[in-house]
Amino acid sequence: MIETHNLRKTFKSRRGPVDAVAGVDLDVKKGEIFGFLGPNGAGKTTTLRMLSTLLPPTSGEATVAGFDLRREPAKVRYVIGYVSQEGSSAPEIPGRTELVIQGRLYGMTKERAIARAAELIESLELADCADRPTKTYSGGQKRRLDIGIGLMHLPQLLFLDEPTTGLDPQSRARMWDEVRRLRDTGTTVFLTTHYLEEADALSDRIAIIDHGKIVALGTPDALKRQVAGDVVVVGTDQASDRVLELLRDQPFVREATTAGDVVRLYVDRGETAMPQIIRVLDSAGIPLASLSLNRPSLDDVFLRQTGRSLREAA
Amino acid sequence: MKMLKDTWLMFQRYLLVFLRNPAWVAIGVIQPLLYLVLFAPLLKSLVQVPGFPAGGAYNVFVPGLLIQLGLFGASGVGFGLIAELRAGVIERFRVTPVSRFALLLGRALRDILTLVVQSLILLLLAIPFGLKPTVVGVIVMLGLVALIGLGMSSLAYAAALALKSEDSYAPLIFTLSLPLLLLSGVLLPLDLAPGWLQDIAKANPLSYAVNAARDLFNGKGFDQAVFEGLAIMAALAVVGVLIGARRFTRAIA
Ligand SMILES: Nc1ncnc2c1ncn2[C@@H]1O[C@H](COP(=O)(O)OP(=O)(O)O)[C@@H](O)[C@H]1O
Ligand SMILES: [Mg+2]
Repeated sequence: MIETHNLRKTFKSRRGPVDAVAGVDLDVKKGEIFGFLGPNGAGKTTTLRMLSTLLPPTSGEATVAGFDLRREPAKVRYVIGYVSQEGSSAPEIPGRTELVIQGRLYGMTKERAIARAAELIESLELADCADRPTKTYSGGQKRRLDIGIGLMHLPQLLFLDEPTTGLDPQSRARMWDEVRRLRDTGTTVFLTTHYLEEADALSDRIAIIDHGKIVALGTPDALKRQVAGDVVVVGTDQASDRVLELLRDQPFVREATTAGDVVRLYVDRGETAMPQIIRVLDSAGIPLASLSLNRPSLDDVFLRQTGRSLREAA
Repeated sequence: MKMLKDTWLMFQRYLLVFLRNPAWVAIGVIQPLLYLVLFAPLLKSLVQVPGFPAGGAYNVFVPGLLIQLGLFGASGVGFGLIAELRAGVIERFRVTPVSRFALLLGRALRDILTLVVQSLILLLLAIPFGLKPTVVGVIVMLGLVALIGLGMSSLAYAAALALKSEDSYAPLIFTLSLPLLLLSGVLLPLDLAPGWLQDIAKANPLSYAVNAARDLFNGKGFDQAVFEGLAIMAALAVVGVLIGARRFTRAIA
């Protein structure tokens, strides 16, 4: 759906050139939710604006939905939707009117645009506010309207720039459901976020971007496994040395450490390691006080690639 | 064809935005109305001064006032655009296949309509003071105001897109529009000015519009000044639209 090669954007600013996007290679597949995770200023919005024809790249190649970004921007525009970080509606105008106008700009007939707007108002649960000026909307309603505007023309690919920034937890959960529903109806979704949990929970695949460069790319699980696999924490009853000895050389254990009554085992896959750990300890007759599976977070991934924590960077 | 359709759609949208705040029509009229009531009477005693154009104080002053209305009305339109830029509305439109000319023309047409309505109100209000309009004069006058509106608002939009913030846009239009106004002979006819001032004013396109507007109301009819004024304002409009549309096409980085 999207393919880029060495995509770059350098802004000229008063304090010299800024490499906002410094050579990005991406491959977004049809029908997936692709998460673009990175701290503020990483280059997410700039990448999105290039891919949605708003900003000409300084250099590099990109095809979007099968069209060359540089040579066929007009064709790209018909098949993509873009929801900017800032929003998209005028405060004075009712949401329904904005939706209808949006459809008409893509060449829909008036009747078709009105019908499609009604459909979206229904599915995005905007019926209560659709006919009021958008300045009266709650944050969640406004964001859902933005998405509706981006979806009016049934795009194959939807770009969402920080769709949940500034939303309360409830509206955020609702937005996640909405995005998943979109994917399930066949729309490819490319979303940016600086929330670890959001990228993790929502994306089929993630690219982590920092200082304009992709530092990691893959499924959330694969990325986290890259770091250290899973961490299994075994609680023992004053037998940590024996436990360590027993488990250290098991083929499924990469690394093991002990601290007090606790043994930490770094394994590739915690789900399969845990039953094996139980079996080993059981047959040695060692009582197990507790057993827990901890997964490395995307923050561990970011930390390893950049030396900084995303929570602090963002 | 697509451009015309898109322009019409955009015009409807911006008209709607405007109609949600109809008070702006009145606010635009208040300032020229104050000039009409509080300033124009001063001119009555100047009518006898050698060099003061023929036709009476109001037939000289009101046409210029309409040009001023066009200049000030159009130069303020960038504020709305900056607000829309901030709200993400402009990016939203630029992602659609909408014609880039339509992005400019749709809103400029709305501005023109506003100016024409305001001009009509002002003309009506000026009649009791002693303005003697002719039907043809009014129609051509409105055409002149429309051309100024198109040219000036296009340039104002280009400036707003380039500057992106009220903080730099506001000083720019205030510094530019005042000399344009003073050098156009709106307040007092430039026939009263010393030679060097008249020479500078010749470089100001608006002074031709003011001359044209006066001749439309002083009974001279379609003389050369009227054609000159119309031609120069038409040229201004073409240049303005080209510059404005180019700005809408270019990335708003
Ligand atoms: N128009 C611009 N001119 C100059 N620098 C810019 C411009 N837009 C973005 N930048 C810079 O490019 C970098 C990336 O910005 P952006 O893509 O907005 O990051 P993100 O969306 O990940 O927060 C930042 O350092 C930002 O300051
Ligand atoms: Mg951003």
